Amino acid sequence: MARVGVFICHCGHNIASTVNVEEVVEFAKGLPGVAYAGHNLYSCSEEGLGSIKRSIAENRLDRVVVAACTPRTHEPLFRRACEQAGINKYLFEFVNIREHCSWIHTKEPREATEKAKKLVAMGVAKAALLEPQTEGESAVLPAAVVIGGGVSGLAAAASLVDQGIETHLVEASDRLGGLLAEVTTIGPEGTDARETVRGIVTRLEASPKAHIHLRSRVAEVKGFVGNFEVTVRGCDGDLKVPAGAIVVATGTKELVPTGEYGFGQRPEVVTQLELERRLARGERPRRVVFINCVGSRQPGREYCSRVCCNVTLKNALALAKASPDSRIHVIHRDIMSSGTAAERLYKEASESGVKFLRYGLERVPEVVAGRDGVEVLVYDETLEETVHLGADLVVLAVPMVPPGDSEATAKLLKVPRDKFGFFLEAHVKLRPVEFATDGVFICGSARWPVSARECIWQGMAAAAKASIPIKEGKVVIQAITAEVDPDKCAACGNCVLACPYEAIEVVERDGRRAAKVNEAQCKGCGTCVAACHNDAVSQKGFTSGQLSAMVDALVKAALEVPR
Amino acid sequence: MTEFSPTILAFCCNWCSYAGADLAGVNRLQMPPNVHVIRVMCSASVKPEYVFKAISQGIDGVLVLGCHIGDCHYLTGNHRTAKRIPVAKKILRDAGIDDRRVRLDWVSAAEGEKFQQVITEFVGEVKALGPNPLREVRM
Repeated sequence: MARVGVFICHCGHNIASTVNVEEVVEFAKGLPGVAYAGHNLYSCSEEGLGSIKRSIAENRLDRVVVAACTPRTHEPLFRRACEQAGINKYLFEFVNIREHCSWIHTKEPREATEKAKKLVAMGVAKAALLEPQTEGESAVLPAAVVIGGGVSGLAAAASLVDQGIETHLVEASDRLGGLLAEVTTIGPEGTDARETVRGIVTRLEASPKAHIHLRSRVAEVKGFVGNFEVTVRGCDGDLKVPAGAIVVATGTKELVPTGEYGFGQRPEVVTQLELERRLARGERPRRVVFINCVGSRQPGREYCSRVCCNVTLKNALALAKASPDSRIHVIHRDIMSSGTAAERLYKEASESGVKFLRYGLERVPEVVAGRDGVEVLVYDETLEETVHLGADLVVLAVPMVPPGDSEATAKLLKVPRDKFGFFLEAHVKLRPVEFATDGVFICGSARWPVSARECIWQGMAAAAKASIPIKEGKVVIQAITAEVDPDKCAACGNCVLACPYEAIEVVERDGRRAAKVNEAQCKGCGTCVAACHNDAVSQKGFTSGQLSAMVDALVKAALEVPR
Repeated sequence: MTEFSPTILAFCCNWCSYAGADLAGVNRLQMPPNVHVIRVMCSASVKPEYVFKAISQGIDGVLVLGCHIGDCHYLTGNHRTAKRIPVAKKILRDAGIDDRRVRLDWVSAAEGEKFQQVITEFVGEVKALGPNPLREVRM
């Protein structure tokens, strides 16, 4: 009989304010196989992990169940604690009573406590049947692919190359630099954008480790962490690039307004990027009205694009300074200029004569034909009347949106996007530059609109993370692979057909034919398990016995109670 | 008499629907407390036998939630789920069980709101169906 230890986590107030932790502990003590049940304020803390390890020794535990948060973040931590206490790390089972219970039933503490009990019963039932496993290893190819040659991708590639890693930078257009190649200066400091790009590009071009592919796209991605094969499609055909890691730096683009404020009809109405091009050509219009939040922070596109306010401030200030008789107005819904430098920019703009007017969604400004150029009609909330502003140029600050091919990139790499189409990292705080998929990393505005400076930080961070498996030279293969019981196998080949990785073949052993799993190729999806008619295939850590025991435990805990 | 509160089992795949459920939690999206999640690596590893086992023992409803077609972490795993679960439903129908007790749906890692919606809807549907008649049989 297994000796299961159950540790229920308070997670401070996160669990304990909804779920009655002590009651769940008492319930767990009565479950079959449970030798110990206790609780921790924070199981993941040094103290919590220490008490789990002590308890393993004191109570001679051979299975551990922690009921806390999601296994998607903290499972490795608890597995390591088990290992340190002398238990094989695959004898650990995680029960999620935070994301899947306390956080989603905050107003139903009674029901949440009952649910937590059932989840713990299911976890204990599975844990009792867990078996020790040995992990395999897989070699990592000493090369990386960076998708996107904007400033994030450049920073990532330069950082990888600096570490001596063979790096392929794939850029769809015919030049590097992305959006930065189209703007004049980077706010709030006013750094020269092209010079910044040139600095990184020069470094890259000087390195024999860097391979820059312009006018190229990633057409296909095969393999897995450590062993990807990336097909780079350029004008001269396809190139197969072997890589250990992939960094996604596909960036963002400016939303094309759909006729707001006469965009597309009136030549005087342009976007920020068009203004940047005109500034680069030396144009300095005298009467300019900036309208912020055009197409963002409204139903359908609720997010704040975050970089536009600072771009507006930077350009408004530059124009205000260009001529003493400039008339610059910024019409905004709120000015988001966080940080000391940006706040200083706002102050300087105000002091240099830039006028700020606030509008609300219920009464948006209008752009009409004027005697000279156009006229912008704004309802001023303070004056409570409509103000008429003559303008030579109206600049719309539109949000940054994902590029058109981001869906295709997501599908190629099997990585998720949020509802606006931006890529979704593995964890906002704990794994901000990684995807949940091992070996694939994310940085810059492909994730969310960020400033050039933040793009560079994230590019470097993604490169640092991507270099870990490459420097290690190997990755651990989780012991969740499938295995075949040759005695039950009828060699029908169903599993062979079901496997998406061609990891199973039917071979002859001791004079009889049976399916065999190639562990190095198996990714642990378990598709073959459900395809088998004879229950001959099973997945480590997710066996039929273990999952059936969970179903039984739920039945027992939920239905076999006096009603 | 107290209102019928169904017991529901959900199989969620590690990469999409389980992550979607996590996101729902992170965003504190409230939903009925009737659903108990079993994490599997891929929805394609869910044997119809698990569904039958649950239903035949009196569980009132079973959800199988995978990645959207085309988004499967394991390339085409969920194509199999998409074929397999309807067959499981047909077998239940043939056995005289209302197949609305089983639902297959797709929830991505980004769709916390969709997870909440699917759970809320399904709990409502199963409530309307009433207790699984097999619950009485086994007791």
